[in-house]
Amino acid sequence: MMGGFTALLARDLRLVWRQPGDVGVVLAFYVVAVVLFPLGIGPETNVLQRIAAGVLWSAALFAALLSLERLFAADHEDGTLDLLLLAPWPLELAALAKCTSHWIVTGLPLSLLAPVLGVAFGLDGESLLALFATLLIGTPTLSLIGGLAAALTLGARKSGALLALLALPLCVPTLIFGAGAVETLAAGEGLATHLAILGALALVALGTTPWAIAAALRQAGE
Amino acid sequence: MSNHAAFILASYLAAFVILGGLVIASLSARNRVRRELDQRGLAPRGSAPRGVDRKR
Amino acid sequence: MADLHFLANPARFRRFSQRVLPGLGFATVLMLCACLYMAFFVAPADYQQGQTVRIMFLHVPSAWLSMMGYALLAGLGASLLVWRHPLAALMARAAAPVGASFAAVCLLTGSLWGRPMWGTYWVWDARLTSMLLLFFLYLGHIALSRAYDEPERGDRAAAILALIGVINLPIIKFSVDWWNTLHQPASVTRLDAPAIHNSILVPLLWMAVSLLFLFVFLVLLRTETEIDRRRLENAAAQEEGAPA
Repeated sequence: MMGGFTALLARDLRLVWRQPGDVGVVLAFYVVAVVLFPLGIGPETNVLQRIAAGVLWSAALFAALLSLERLFAADHEDGTLDLLLLAPWPLELAALAKCTSHWIVTGLPLSLLAPVLGVAFGLDGESLLALFATLLIGTPTLSLIGGLAAALTLGARKSGALLALLALPLCVPTLIFGAGAVETLAAGEGLATHLAILGALALVALGTTPWAIAAALRQAGE
Repeated sequence: MSNHAAFILASYLAAFVILGGLVIASLSARNRVRRELDQRGLAPRGSAPRGVDRKR
Repeated sequence: MADLHFLANPARFRRFSQRVLPGLGFATVLMLCACLYMAFFVAPADYQQGQTVRIMFLHVPSAWLSMMGYALLAGLGASLLVWRHPLAALMARAAAPVGASFAAVCLLTGSLWGRPMWGTYWVWDARLTSMLLLFFLYLGHIALSRAYDEPERGDRAAAILALIGVINLPIIKFSVDWWNTLHQPASVTRLDAPAIHNSILVPLLWMAVSLLFLFVFLVLLRTETEIDRRRLENAAAQEEGAPA
């Protein structure tokens, strides 16, 4: 059963490996989007420090959404999805593999990139570490919720904008606790609570979305 | 009452416009669909066609 | 709920709604008029909120109804996905805009209440913010159910969304509350008075009941329309497929 999971994951990663530009575009979008904020708001360090976590987190959310539209669409078009529906192992696992590959190619690089950009916002070392940790724990939730939105909008009209409309309200808790962690750190409190809640959110998403994605894919394949 | 009357009346007006608008839109949508069904000569399901008792 | 299963058949539902709708509409209008009279002339001004408490008669019931409406969407979604009730899809399609409208009324009246009470039209108050997110969830449901060329696909996708949304709603509520205490807003008077006096509570509950009547009236009326529309679409598709 796990064989199918790893096979699908390895295949997706291999596909990305052959087209590294797709990941590059997402990361470039992230950098450009984040850089726009100092340009729009002004270079005062204390203001930038204040908004850094919120900006870096919101931009990560948008960047993660950007690459989601194609998550199932390519498989839907070339018939891979039909084979996954017929495969002897559960579709839930395939959904999880797709979301995992999405996280590896977007969530993980974004978490690594965010602290680098955080330096430009004048964040101190501790905050940068907190930013990295919250993104590392929080982005899997974004990939799972985004994967659900991608599966629900598969084959719909105007699916890109619709995907964002579906995913963003559901991502609000992750955003609040992710960006909030850095702020509580600045207020002199510990990170543990926020990280624990982010972990709990990820577990809730892990426990619900694969089933919902599988249900959505089944009705898309009918 | 006088100093806040504008806000109170505005809230009731807003609610009236939104909910009343929805009622009017729903009623007109129902009438439009019924008219189209009539034009096609289809009686809406569940309503007995005029003059005929369809009950078994 | 077993008693309601007889309504799962669209034709039977249609007969039922046609019998009920005129009376229900008439009762709704009468009750709303009575409630307006109570809200404006019977209920006293609140000692804290003054006359603006009259906005609450609209604001609070529409908040209740919009939350109830989302629970209804989730229940209908479950009965579509689990039991494949054909009517559940049509009723969800009919109910979503009604719930969204009540959420919009709640937001607008809340904002109009906030201006005299808080001095600004919008405060990032926990309640208002989570109501705004509920409104967005409604918009997503409406947009998704109408985004497909085959309406049945939209119905099922929206049903899945409603179920995931109803799991997430308490989490969203909790996180917004947390966020609100983290960013403690200055000088916001809390709405929750220690206890609501009966002279306010009674009109509030009456208003809630009559708006509930309006909700049910709208959902029945719109479901009936959806049944007819689906029949019309099927007839059109048949004509295209096999011209007589």
